[in-house]
Amino acid sequence: MSDEEDDLILDELDDAELVLQMHDDLYDGMADEIDEAVRILLKREWLPYDILTKALVEGMRIVGIDFRDGILFVPEVLLAAGAMKKGMGILKPLLVETGAPQLGKMVIGTVKGDIHDIGKNLVAMMMEGAGFEVVDLGINNPVEDYIGALKREGADILGMSALLTTTMPYMKTVIDTMVEQGIRDDYIVLVGGAPLNEEFGKAIGSDAYCRDAAVAVETAKEFMARKHNQV
Amino acid sequence: MDLLSKLLAEKDWLMADGATGTNLFNRGLEAGEAPELWNVDQPEKIKALYQDAVDSGSDIFLTNSFGGTAARLKLHNAQDRVRELNKLAAELGREVADKAGRPVVVAGSVGPTGEIFEPLGPLSHAEAVEMFQEQGAALMEGGADVLWLETISAPEEYKAAAEAFANIDAPWVGTMSFDTAGRTMMGMTSSDMVEMAQGLDNRPLGFGANCGVGASDLLRTIQGFAAANPEIPIVAKGNAGIPKFVHGHIHYDGTPELMGQYAVMVRNSGAKIIGGCCGTMPEHLKAMRKALEETPMGAAPTDEEITAVLGGFSSDSDGTGDAPTPKRVRRRRK
Repeated sequence: MSDEEDDLILDELDDAELVLQMHDDLYDGMADEIDEAVRILLKREWLPYDILTKALVEGMRIVGIDFRDGILFVPEVLLAAGAMKKGMGILKPLLVETGAPQLGKMVIGTVKGDIHDIGKNLVAMMMEGAGFEVVDLGINNPVEDYIGALKREGADILGMSALLTTTMPYMKTVIDTMVEQGIRDDYIVLVGGAPLNEEFGKAIGSDAYCRDAAVAVETAKEFMARKHNQV
Repeated sequence: MDLLSKLLAEKDWLMADGATGTNLFNRGLEAGEAPELWNVDQPEKIKALYQDAVDSGSDIFLTNSFGGTAARLKLHNAQDRVRELNKLAAELGREVADKAGRPVVVAGSVGPTGEIFEPLGPLSHAEAVEMFQEQGAALMEGGADVLWLETISAPEEYKAAAEAFANIDAPWVGTMSFDTAGRTMMGMTSSDMVEMAQGLDNRPLGFGANCGVGASDLLRTIQGFAAANPEIPIVAKGNAGIPKFVHGHIHYDGTPELMGQYAVMVRNSGAKIIGGCCGTMPEHLKAMRKALEETPMGAAPTDEEITAVLGGFSSDSDGTGDAPTPKRVRRRRK
């Protein structure tokens, strides 16, 4: 750390400078700085929704691009997501109070037999960062848990993750059960995980395979926009 | 001296085995089921899996214990059965190897815990060492010749396993999975891995890459290892192409002929222990053995030769060298 950095006082930056600074601090995973900056913008009477979208979501979008391009890797993205989460912690109750728009609701979880939740957690955090409401079911989910949560939560999107050759076919079990129950088309189904690919995603009947968390966010937005256009 | 060290000293190359999961599916394993439970419930099928590798010419096969740490068995409420399931995995392997009529190495497979290390995640170094030690000790007790750590993405996890295996004085091999823009998910490059493996107090007998994206990416990783002139033998265990869903089950699209070409190419690139990972069936192993025996050593393939035979790379760069820099100008240095 340089002295120069220690000298930087967030409250002395004008709004535009501060928002750019927040993008950098998110990129560097500096949770305390994000916390402070969110509070400063609230004090300057910014709307919680504007802080979310212009500072946090935009900052995470930049992180997502560099993750997609192989410039940032999982540890850096986890740090960034942690910083965003700290900012979100302040904004969440305020967003509820002010009735800010929600992009949609996602139920997400790793399939039965699979413990690996790193990718799933990243998707959950990036989706929250992009303004979706996320219900995280954790690891090792049997089909009943997915379907139960979709109905209970009135969700729009189902996200499933698998990292193992031995667990990825279970995604098809879940989708097949949704088809049997006649509810498959009520939801957008996104799948991901290291061993998967686009063709596999299509073959098991999902709407899309998302190769990383940034792509998941873009894909979810795209499908939600299409869904709204249909209504 | 352990059997693997002996064979490495005698031979120019050794062939390892193929897939465990894909083969067990073909024998009736259901998605989401724990393969390790079959060591108790379906021992004949596990022995048949091992026997297939032996009959296909493998010098080394891995035990059915990839998910055998307490962290993973917990999913199936079997966290109290670490010793039982791992010991059995090795005992079944010992039985098959001892009847092979030639020296065959029983390698006790140890996969990742699936947890993230502190400070980013909940797993402490001490807990990881304890879990790896518990699993490793049971595999050695069951008669494994060496321990075989695989599909690791975090350097912390690799180091924790090395420490655990030192505590029980077990010889070991350790490979990582390079599946993200040429690096591991956690950002480790092939050259970083050479440095890490050689810098350990408890050096592995072999290090390398397994699983990952496809055979082309894996070859590029192997060439990255070789470029760092490692003193330890390189291990290559690539997937037989990419997974597809055909007639209700998973099928990897790499043919036996292609895997034969892959085997020769990785050997020419510097690998000494050569095997397959997901999707690699007995017919692939037979083709690999034949190709390795019948093809003389040659020059390492160029990127063009690799992609012409095995298909394109999943990313432009192999992740080594200077890290690509973000396009925007940073306002403040970290």
